[in-house]
Amino acid sequence: MSLDHPTPLELSRRRLRAGRSRRSTLTALVSTLVFATVLYLAVTSAPGWPRTQATFLNPQVAWDSLPKILEGLWLNIRVLAVAAVATLVLALVIAVLRTLRGPVFLPLRLLATGFVDLFRGIPLIVLLYLIGFGVPALRFTDERINPVYLGTIALVLTYAAYVSEVFRAGIDSVHPSQRLGARSLGLSYGQSMKLVVLPQAVRRVTPPLLNDFVAMQKDVGLISLLGPLDAVRAAQIASQSTFNFTPYVVAALLFVLLSVPTARAADWAAARAARREQSGAML
Amino acid sequence: MIRRLRSSTGDGSMPPGPAARDTSLDLPPGPRRSDDVVLDVRGLVKAYDDAEVLRGIDLTVAEHEVVTLIGSSGSGKSTLLRCAGVLEPISDGQILLDGQDISDPRIDADDVRARFGVVFQAFNLFPHMTVLDNITLAPRVVHGVAPKEARQRAHALLSRVGLADKADAYPDRLSGGQQQRAAIARAIAVEPRVLLLDEITSALDPELVGEVLALVRELAAGGATILMATHEMGFAKQVADHVVFLDQGVVCEEGPPARVLGEPTQPRTQEFLRRVIDAGRL
Repeated sequence: MSLDHPTPLELSRRRLRAGRSRRSTLTALVSTLVFATVLYLAVTSAPGWPRTQATFLNPQVAWDSLPKILEGLWLNIRVLAVAAVATLVLALVIAVLRTLRGPVFLPLRLLATGFVDLFRGIPLIVLLYLIGFGVPALRFTDERINPVYLGTIALVLTYAAYVSEVFRAGIDSVHPSQRLGARSLGLSYGQSMKLVVLPQAVRRVTPPLLNDFVAMQKDVGLISLLGPLDAVRAAQIASQSTFNFTPYVVAALLFVLLSVPTARAADWAAARAARREQSGAML
Repeated sequence: MIRRLRSSTGDGSMPPGPAARDTSLDLPPGPRRSDDVVLDVRGLVKAYDDAEVLRGIDLTVAEHEVVTLIGSSGSGKSTLLRCAGVLEPISDGQILLDGQDISDPRIDADDVRARFGVVFQAFNLFPHMTVLDNITLAPRVVHGVAPKEARQRAHALLSRVGLADKADAYPDRLSGGQQQRAAIARAIAVEPRVLLLDEITSALDPELVGEVLALVRELAAGGATILMATHEMGFAKQVADHVVFLDQGVVCEEGPPARVLGEPTQPRTQEFLRRVIDAGRL
């Protein structure tokens, strides 16, 4: 009657559970197959299928357009890397500014609140146009400003507004007793924020942050509106030169591939957070 | 000092039983009373990964009987209650409720849980519902009681636990003792076969412990079947019919409270009680 020597009763229960889990796996497998087959038949039997296939799923066009689109994607990835880091920093600053207390900080609080209201409210496309075409129109320099930079700035402003709210929610979710504990030890407001509150807050909001990161991964494609040769722009050019939409499908697949690792990382982070915070709740 | 009201089915007396039980449990002992056993735990083993928390527990709770589990933290009291209430899968052994094997994977666990009433150390009231809604939730949703009737019954229960005026309050407006009494009302609202009480006074201020224990005492006097883990030895002595001392996942000693708490035979029990007395808790 121990772990190493289960009783026959327990062994029979284990067999029962194993059999049940085998059955449900089988059911899931079969239902997935049936669903996929039905979907496939429905799509391929559509009247416009041959034509759609030729225009959207042309392997030759896909292969030919791939190098240019990949080249463009590399630009997206670089923009993403810079924008993600800049967003995190800016968002954290804004979130902390918004949580400052006391009348002295009123202007800073107002500024941060105004920033969030403004950039969360403007559609990203409109902001891209405003910054991408408005800032050059101011003629600060005579040289042409690289639209990639302007696009990145627009992206960062929008996402920082969103992400700062995620951070703020995280900061607010840390129980006041933690701040009390930190202050009781003589830590200053800033120290308790930095050493006690923020570490807990950031850990707690990692899953939603990764979710925003996935959203950002595909929104970097919008900078193509300003002209730089990124994956979407490359697909557009290829599409226009072949009168075929396949390059867009290629670009779409590449963006999906790009987001899958982050999506899995988000799942993993969420699962880990759930394990840590909800240990003892097993149902 | 407390006269226990025994219902006709309960016999109230404890057979002598083994004075001290060895830790090696080859055969599950038969139930102490022949036919009125409600909860019957046989050879229960519970392991988390490789750590065995319960290592072969045998335990019976008869109808209208109050059985208290005592033992130091980590001895497995809470785990035992959670396993009994089908809130945790077990690793080995068998648990019977009214003769039905509730450790069988084929049973509907939700259905079995509906027959238990569980009260937790941290109350676990739903903060977004009023006290009344907390109490009427399971009767309405699980047991199909009409909302109006559920409300009427809940009001009656609240009067019984002394919270008649708190029906529309939210749990965070209540003191710890009031919250725990509301939680008890929630647990008994479904008229459970067995009440599982998991250290229900451990999170309370000392002056609030009394009101909760008084309620449990009243429930026991009213014939409730109770399995409870507690650190309140004085309470166990007065109210329990049977005391089980758990140590490192096995039943180290059990018997009538006067004997187990008064003249323990096992060194482990003696040491535990000495520490409890040193801490001023008995």
